[in-house]
Amino acid sequence: MPRAGSGSSVASPLVEKVTHYLQTHARWGVLEYVFWLAAVATIFVLPGRHLILTEIAWLGLFALSLDLILGYAGIISLGHAAFFGVGSYVAALLAKHAIVNEPVLALVVSGLAAAVLGFATSFLVLRGSDLARLMVTLGVALIMREIANQIPEITGGADGLQGVIMGPILGMFGFDIFGHVGYVYCLGVLFILFLIARRIVHSPFGLSLRAVKGNSLRSALVGISVNSRLIAVYTLAAFYAGVAGALLAQTTAFASLDVFSFERSADLLLVLIIGGTGYLYGGLIGAVIFKLMQDWIASLTPQYWQFWIGLVLVVIVLIGRERIGLATGFVRGLAGRLFRRMAPGVKPVTVAEGH
Amino acid sequence: MLTILFDGIAYGMLLFVLACGLSVTLGLMNFVNLAHGAFAMAGGYITLVLVNRAGLPFFAGLSIAFIVTALIGALFERTLYVHVYNRSHLDQVLFTIGLVFMSVAAVDYVMGSQQVFIQIPSALQGRFELFGVGIGRYRLLIIIVCGLLALGLQLILSSTRFGSRLRASVDDARVARGLGINVNRVFALTFAFGSGLAGLGGALGAEILGLDPTFPLKYMVYFLIVVTVGGTSSITGPFLASLLIGIADVAGKYYVPKFGAFVIYTIMIVLLILRPQGLFVRAAGR
Repeated sequence: MPRAGSGSSVASPLVEKVTHYLQTHARWGVLEYVFWLAAVATIFVLPGRHLILTEIAWLGLFALSLDLILGYAGIISLGHAAFFGVGSYVAALLAKHAIVNEPVLALVVSGLAAAVLGFATSFLVLRGSDLARLMVTLGVALIMREIANQIPEITGGADGLQGVIMGPILGMFGFDIFGHVGYVYCLGVLFILFLIARRIVHSPFGLSLRAVKGNSLRSALVGISVNSRLIAVYTLAAFYAGVAGALLAQTTAFASLDVFSFERSADLLLVLIIGGTGYLYGGLIGAVIFKLMQDWIASLTPQYWQFWIGLVLVVIVLIGRERIGLATGFVRGLAGRLFRRMAPGVKPVTVAEGH
Repeated sequence: MLTILFDGIAYGMLLFVLACGLSVTLGLMNFVNLAHGAFAMAGGYITLVLVNRAGLPFFAGLSIAFIVTALIGALFERTLYVHVYNRSHLDQVLFTIGLVFMSVAAVDYVMGSQQVFIQIPSALQGRFELFGVGIGRYRLLIIIVCGLLALGLQLILSSTRFGSRLRASVDDARVARGLGINVNRVFALTFAFGSGLAGLGGALGAEILGLDPTFPLKYMVYFLIVVTVGGTSSITGPFLASLLIGIADVAGKYYVPKFGAFVIYTIMIVLLILRPQGLFVRAAGR
């Protein structure tokens, strides 16, 4: 049995309770199986839509990474595109100059590059108010964009980085023009990283993050080292965002300044808000809805779809995220109760949700 | 050298007029309004239509831009913003970003996406030399107008009844309410006035900052920098911050054009690390 807290060697009732809480919540629900089976099914059922599905996959991963810091740690970021962009450019450069030809390895390297930036800038978001965090994250993304813009000999400047040729995945599967391989690849990466994220948020570490989000002063008082938790999760989220950016670069064989743009960070917030924050699937569901909506609106008014995106944001806030959250939360709770009753050997727990 | 300083001051003054409304809304209601630039853009386009198409005199266009933007601000404040005051910062950010996106697309739809210029009177064009310093007439006008506005604002804030109510509300809204000050009304008026000033700034600055539908996005960062650096508890803080940023930006772009855009962001981040509560904040925190 994994230990939920460190300290006393005798398992106190509280430790047992927390462990039980974590285990119950870490159990896979039936809906989750359905979700992933449906995702796998799209590989075979919707072969003609693999290009947009690929976009959904990396956007979902990107939103997942924002969820880690926003939904679990409560950091508002307006510059998450900084990490996405770094991952994107690193992946494209690695392939272009044939430094790392194998995409999976290049993916990890790109993610690590973004994580380094995330670690370095995490110290900036520790301080100050929400507004200061907004400013700093926004500033970092803008600086990254300027850097990419000012070194055209490396990044291609405003024209973007062209002439990227991707090697075959694991030396066996080459990217094809219809995006079939690319989609399976993105979905696989998304699934693996999702599993890791799921493991992390259902660990004592994830629980402590929620505590920090709820009240950082109190969590510091009960012995959670707030700053190191925030640094860790920010770095992790940067890694995820970098991988998402790398997926974009690898599947399109292109990287441009657009990856750093403010609109990308803002759209990402919308993606996450549509799906709901703080339960990992929010980003994925949001990505599906957002891309379908974008596709639909863009087919109506290609030039002005931003207006409708803005309208959706305004309406969501005016209706109230809590109310939307309540609706989905109610459905989730109901489904959870139904399915948990079917799962053998698990008692429904009544430990208060960590708010 | 002095010309750069002069241009920097003009630019900074402009930033001040654009951003001071934002600083008050932030200080008064702790409300993060990213859509402040949209009002500035509205002012710019109103002046454009009035001056270029209807042929009104430039200064009449400016005054009407101020009034109309203030009215728009009041309308939005009463109908939309008022629902969002007590929400989390995340909600406020989402809401105002939504407004920015809508304004950008709407202006693009109505006015086209190209950059536009307001016809300024020929008397204001060109530049002259004064003690070896090249002075643009239009920039001189900006400095005079904005300087007068800053003085006026300072006077209103320090020596009128409304000003003291406003200061009381900023210092502690709860106590101010307890003393019988209608904080909401003070805020609505200030919001409208701040929006009007932004509109005026947008109209005045169209010549220097450029005017196109992405204006609110492009200058959002600058307004926010002014506010975060200057603090939100006085007029002088944002004023000095605007001047500092204006001069730094112009000088940076002139001396190190390759790194010009970094200067401003670097200043911001360094200042936020050193003084997270703002550069000129008073010792008594909130």
